[in-house]
Amino acid sequence: MIPASFDYVRPTSVAEAVQALADGGDDAKILAGGQSFIPVLRLRMGDPSLVVDLGGIAELRGVREEGDKIVVGAMTTHHDVTRDDLLNQHVKLISEATKTVADFQVRHRGTLGGALAHADPAGDLAAPTLALDAEFVIAGPDGERTVASADFFEDYFTTAIGPQEILTAIRFPKYTGWGARYEKFNRVAQAWSIVAVAATVKVEGGTITDARIGLTNMAGTPVRARGVESALVGQTMSEETVRAAAQAAAEGTSPTSDADAGSDYREHLAKVLTGRAVLAAAG
Amino acid sequence: MARIRTTVDGLVYEDDVEPRMLLVQYLRERLGKTGTVIGCDTSNCGACTVHLDGLSVKSCSVLAVQANGSEVLTVEGLERDGQLHPVQQAFHDNHALQCGYCTPGMIMQSIDLLGDNPDPTEQEVREGIEGNLCRCTGYQNIVRAVQDAAQKMKPGASASQPATSSVAGGGA
Ligand SMILES: Cc1cc2nc3c(=O)[nH]c(=O)nc-3n(C[C@H](O)[C@H](O)[C@H](O)COP(=O)(O)OP(=O)(O)OC[C@H]3O[C@@H](n4cnc5c(N)ncnc54)[C@H](O)[C@@H]3O)c2cc1C
Ligand code: FES
Ligand code: FES
Repeated sequence: MIPASFDYVRPTSVAEAVQALADGGDDAKILAGGQSFIPVLRLRMGDPSLVVDLGGIAELRGVREEGDKIVVGAMTTHHDVTRDDLLNQHVKLISEATKTVADFQVRHRGTLGGALAHADPAGDLAAPTLALDAEFVIAGPDGERTVASADFFEDYFTTAIGPQEILTAIRFPKYTGWGARYEKFNRVAQAWSIVAVAATVKVEGGTITDARIGLTNMAGTPVRARGVESALVGQTMSEETVRAAAQAAAEGTSPTSDADAGSDYREHLAKVLTGRAVLAAAG
Repeated sequence: MARIRTTVDGLVYEDDVEPRMLLVQYLRERLGKTGTVIGCDTSNCGACTVHLDGLSVKSCSVLAVQANGSEVLTVEGLERDGQLHPVQQAFHDNHALQCGYCTPGMIMQSIDLLGDNPDPTEQEVREGIEGNLCRCTGYQNIVRAVQDAAQKMKPGASASQPATSSVAGGGA
């Protein structure tokens, strides 16, 4: 289908984009890579009066080092994330998870900021940002603010970004030398996660000294598997330890039941995939 | 209406388009380039794949206005001097199509893949065309064709037959 009519602007700075959103009123919407938004428009599930395209704002693209943080512009594409040396070196979990998103064509257009703003519970990039304690930089009519990942994801398809605000960057602490693995379970290629586990661990001299684990699609928002994390830290690395700790993975989750899986099966998957993810991350 | 200027298959076009016009509609309905087809409403099938500034994209999931100032390559721009592109020729030689509906997108995505990875394994080809659905072939001959093209496109693959002459007789 063809989208309904809308007006279109392509600002070249964040300030202009914020102004355009304010002028456009309630029905103004942001266009990033369009890989979720344009399908929505085509199915006429959305009917914006004004589309504000962020594609012309150079300052929103790219990855840079800022002291002890790695900062990723919201409009950095999935493709560029997977190839970025700084991320591969310091925030490997986000590179690993991004490689599993969709297909080449979608990764060429889709952006990190767009995926996080969209906040699909089956989306693959929210759980890693939660596990990594990322910060979200948001610009609006009242200036810039920073939101912790624990406060960013509010509900299904709902984030802390206000209607007149723009997500401009995601800031990651450095996890240099940590192992990372995104273990994704889906039925066919190009399909969304039924459940997935984002794990990154630090192993020193055979001991797990730190662990961070996020779960995809185990609730309306990503969930941190804190029970598993605390069961791992301080332990000597072994398959047995990891599998035992992974039994806590479904604690505090509230997975849905749908055509792909019942909630009990999702809980089972969370445990099995957590074991696999941690072993691969530590290996 | 918005004015856009794009280079499509080597020619420059300037047009006024409605912001809601999809790139695939622009290519088909304005430029008459019906080689690029639409296979779905959900951005899943990949039949509409073209290259935008050198990267494969689903042209049903890009607005024509977003292509302003860009270069677009479609399946219609691959032939050189009456000779098929080596990937087109390999699809022909390996019977990599039945109804042919997925073929334009498959070829454009395969070319993108080979640009990135000139000698892919079978698994890498399958992952590389993950965003393209074929309802007929079962993919076997498509994978074979992409690997065949990779061999023929290798510099020095056959000293007597550089990549361009390996497609001699294309379209036969
Ligand atoms: C066939 C297919 C398969 C896919 N498979 C997967 C998958 O396996 N895993 C996965 O995680 N994702 C998948 N996706 C979704 C993909 O990751 C999208 O790229 C992503 O969800 C949206 O990013 P975008 O840049 O395209 O944003 P858009 O589609 O442009 O925008 C998405 C939403 O976010 C809002 N928005 C975008 N950017 C901002 C911003 N900076 N500030 C505020 N609001 C903003 C928009 O208004 C819109 O509501 C798939 C998509 C397709 C088409
Ligand atoms: S027409 Fe199916 S992905 Fe574009
Ligand atoms: S040949 Fe018919 S869809 Fe691929």
